[in-house]
Amino acid sequence: MMLKTILGMVLYIVFAPFVGGLLAGLDRKITARMQGRIGPPILQPFYDVRKLINKDILLINNMQYLFAWCFVIFVVFTGALFYGGFNILLVFFVLTTAAMFFVLEATTTNSPYSVMGANREMIQMLSYEPMVLLTAVGFYVATAFTTGTGAGTFSVASIISESNIPNIVVLPGVFFGFAFILTIKFRKSPFDLSMSHHAHQEMVKGITTELSGGMMALIEVSHWYENVFLLGVVALFVLCNKWWSIPLAILVCAITYFVEILVDNTSARVKWENMFKHSWIITLIFGVVNIFILQMLS
Amino acid sequence: MGFIVFLVLFPFLTAAILTMTKNNTVRKAVVYTGSAIIICTAIVFSLTALIKGIDSGAKYFGVTHLVHVIDTVMLGIEILLMVLIVYLSIKHKKYYAGLLSVAGTVLIAWLELSGKAASVQNHVYCDKLSVIMCLIIAIVGSLICIYAVGYMVDYHNHHTEFKDRRTFFFPMLFVFLGAMFGLVISSNLIWIYFFWEITSISSFLLIGYTRTKEAIDNSFRALWMNLLGGLGFAGAIVYSTTVLHVTTLQQLVYHPASIITLVPVTLLAFAALTKSAQLPFSKWLLGAMVAPTPTSALLHSATMVKAGVYLLIRLAPAMSGTIAGTMVSLIGGFTFLVASMLAITVSDGKKVLAYSTISNLGLITACAGVGTTETVWAGTLLIMFHAVSKSMMFQAVGAIENATGSRDIEDMHGLIVRLPFLAFVMIIGIAGMFLAPFGMLISKWAALKAFVDAKNILLVLFITFGSATTMLYWTKWLSKILACKAQTRLRRNTTSLGQWFSLAGHATMMVMLCVLLPVLSIKLIEPLLAQLYKIEHVSVLAPEDMVIMVVLLLLIFVIPMVARIIVKKMTFKPNMEYMSGINQGDNRHFVDSFNQPKLMFLSNWYMEDYFGEKKIWKISVAIAAAVIVACIGIVIGNLTGGAI
Repeated sequence: MMLKTILGMVLYIVFAPFVGGLLAGLDRKITARMQGRIGPPILQPFYDVRKLINKDILLINNMQYLFAWCFVIFVVFTGALFYGGFNILLVFFVLTTAAMFFVLEATTTNSPYSVMGANREMIQMLSYEPMVLLTAVGFYVATAFTTGTGAGTFSVASIISESNIPNIVVLPGVFFGFAFILTIKFRKSPFDLSMSHHAHQEMVKGITTELSGGMMALIEVSHWYENVFLLGVVALFVLCNKWWSIPLAILVCAITYFVEILVDNTSARVKWENMFKHSWIITLIFGVVNIFILQMLS
Repeated sequence: MGFIVFLVLFPFLTAAILTMTKNNTVRKAVVYTGSAIIICTAIVFSLTALIKGIDSGAKYFGVTHLVHVIDTVMLGIEILLMVLIVYLSIKHKKYYAGLLSVAGTVLIAWLELSGKAASVQNHVYCDKLSVIMCLIIAIVGSLICIYAVGYMVDYHNHHTEFKDRRTFFFPMLFVFLGAMFGLVISSNLIWIYFFWEITSISSFLLIGYTRTKEAIDNSFRALWMNLLGGLGFAGAIVYSTTVLHVTTLQQLVYHPASIITLVPVTLLAFAALTKSAQLPFSKWLLGAMVAPTPTSALLHSATMVKAGVYLLIRLAPAMSGTIAGTMVSLIGGFTFLVASMLAITVSDGKKVLAYSTISNLGLITACAGVGTTETVWAGTLLIMFHAVSKSMMFQAVGAIENATGSRDIEDMHGLIVRLPFLAFVMIIGIAGMFLAPFGMLISKWAALKAFVDAKNILLVLFITFGSATTMLYWTKWLSKILACKAQTRLRRNTTSLGQWFSLAGHATMMVMLCVLLPVLSIKLIEPLLAQLYKIEHVSVLAPEDMVIMVVLLLLIFVIPMVARIIVKKMTFKPNMEYMSGINQGDNRHFVDSFNQPKLMFLSNWYMEDYFGEKKIWKISVAIAAAVIVACIGIVIGNLTGGAI
């Protein structure tokens, strides 16, 4: 148990950036192909980060540096707790704290584009937060079924080792709701309000406008960490104590990621009102109703 | 026993001295000594109580002698207060307040004089919950009094239009403290009612301090809502003495559950809801903002509103699983969500704090209403954390207002540069309120788990959405304080030494509470639960979760410090903010369309179209009122159904 926990954490901390970077490269390749371009090499994100590291860091004030580091450390810590198999509710709470530091990093500059980006980021947090917490609740309610013991658990390790069937079977609504807000978390169109991957928008580079050089590289890498963690949550919907759940989880992750890219390429950015309303409505309809039905059945 | 009598009576004595004190220096000396004595007594009392007395179980103290005299004196004071209220309500043409007061007092007077009241065995009850409450009232309340001395000097310098009524103000603060002590250590329902009414009336008098029309209107609103609750309380007493022959709160809570016991429990819960400003009675707490800041701090954090949730926690074992519990938990959860939404839409610092107080009390109320050991654990912790952090933030906002002339959050832009120490206090307060791993969050976690276990999907809904909205309004505020605007200068800080003492004391307590959380939980709160629920052993937090929390706690202290050191060492090129190439070069102005420099300012989002008071206030009040009426209706309907 102890060994597994430490192994999970170490593996995540060491390999997540590579997996995340590769995913980002793959993302850009697939996006390019969807748009009829050849696209950059798969390793391009790594080249970009290397280039960024070699550049000067231009900051407005040093508080930015402080909060950016806090963000990075808390993101890595979130993922480490998750892959260490700890309590998923706690994992999500730490994730919120990390997101808050990201907002503070931008608002402390008092720079118009960063602050506008940060304000939008706060609205994004408001939009996805209920669904994120409900996902944790969903796992707790679902494991009462899938483990066959009648008692639920928040522990990531127990969710995997004690479930006899994938939890997605009883949590289709929650899965859909989570996939929906995943678009916000992955910063994909139509919900890439606070910061887009491209700097040619009305918000310039949004929340990251005032970050540069090595600091920007660090933020980029921490987003890779975050993406790997989020895909981990997607995998958790499928993983159970059967061997076949592992390839199945990888498949589900791949499909989810592909769909996110597809949505990104086929939709235009919406206004914040639309994002906010839709996320809450989806959360209510799919997340809450799903959990309600499960509770009624148990 | 001696300590208890002293704690209740000493504040009244101090108040009496203060009414005769005209000179500010003398007043300062009296308030400081009085507060110091109260704090010391409370600490000694709790230590002796915890070490010697109550580990094996709660202790009843029979006050056999003098009881008759005390009862008569109490009745006399109650009638005097009634006369006062009737007089004031006629004077200000608010007759309904007078009527409510007469109704409540007459009920109790009839009960006592008719001899229907059964003889009471135990008047005073002291367990770990009383000790916790005493500590909160003594330490937080007294620090507020100390803060008030310096604050009121500044206040009257700024507001020359108001009459200086400090000879009235300070005694009221101490009367309040005395009444609160009495409330939390009484077991006799009539005694609790007596102190309950005193807190209602003194809050009424304190809110009306400035005697403006707004202040008087708001004070009467506070009064009638609390008197309505008081009437419910009186009804509960009459019912339980005449029908159940039960005269103490403890007897009532552990009385075998039936549809008959449910009536007084529901009425008491109703009284508690009004006291804790739950929907539909939230308006009075918002109106209380017109009073000077120490009043708000005292009403909102340590005392007044805590009386309500204290009573709910006491009632929790009796409410668990009943219609009363359903009413309380639904109202609490609903208030938690609605108040946190409303907090997003306002920019007045004190108003945000008021809404967040209502919201957090809602969470505590919901916890008490569900009434399982986990939720009561969470609720008790929330009471402690909330008292300290909210009182600290109110005082900080008051000090900021005195230093800058505004308590608007928009004007707190860049506070970290202008008034760094006050900003730090605010940051500690806000972090304590919602950041992982501080107490609020741990409690929220426990509450969420318990709500899921209780299969209450509505409460789960309230708490998940309410967490999101809570996070938004705190993050917004925090980001304003921490914004570093170019060329901002340090401001002269007008905060006096006494105020600093109080603020620093609160900040230290806040950090201590966080660090000592595991100890508090194991040594104090879990035994308390075992006592309340009369079971052997309670364990709420799993050890491995406790480990993570300690790690998190370390992280949140260590990371900023380490990052600070890294930042100190690193060099970076200072850079201009990006303003699409029209930055004037000072990071404050940009070139407008007339080619003139224009000041840039940044504002927060308030989302009034979604969460505005106009949009959701009336409908929320209507829903909450309907829930209360329906639940009380069911309780009474059950009764007549049973009779038939």
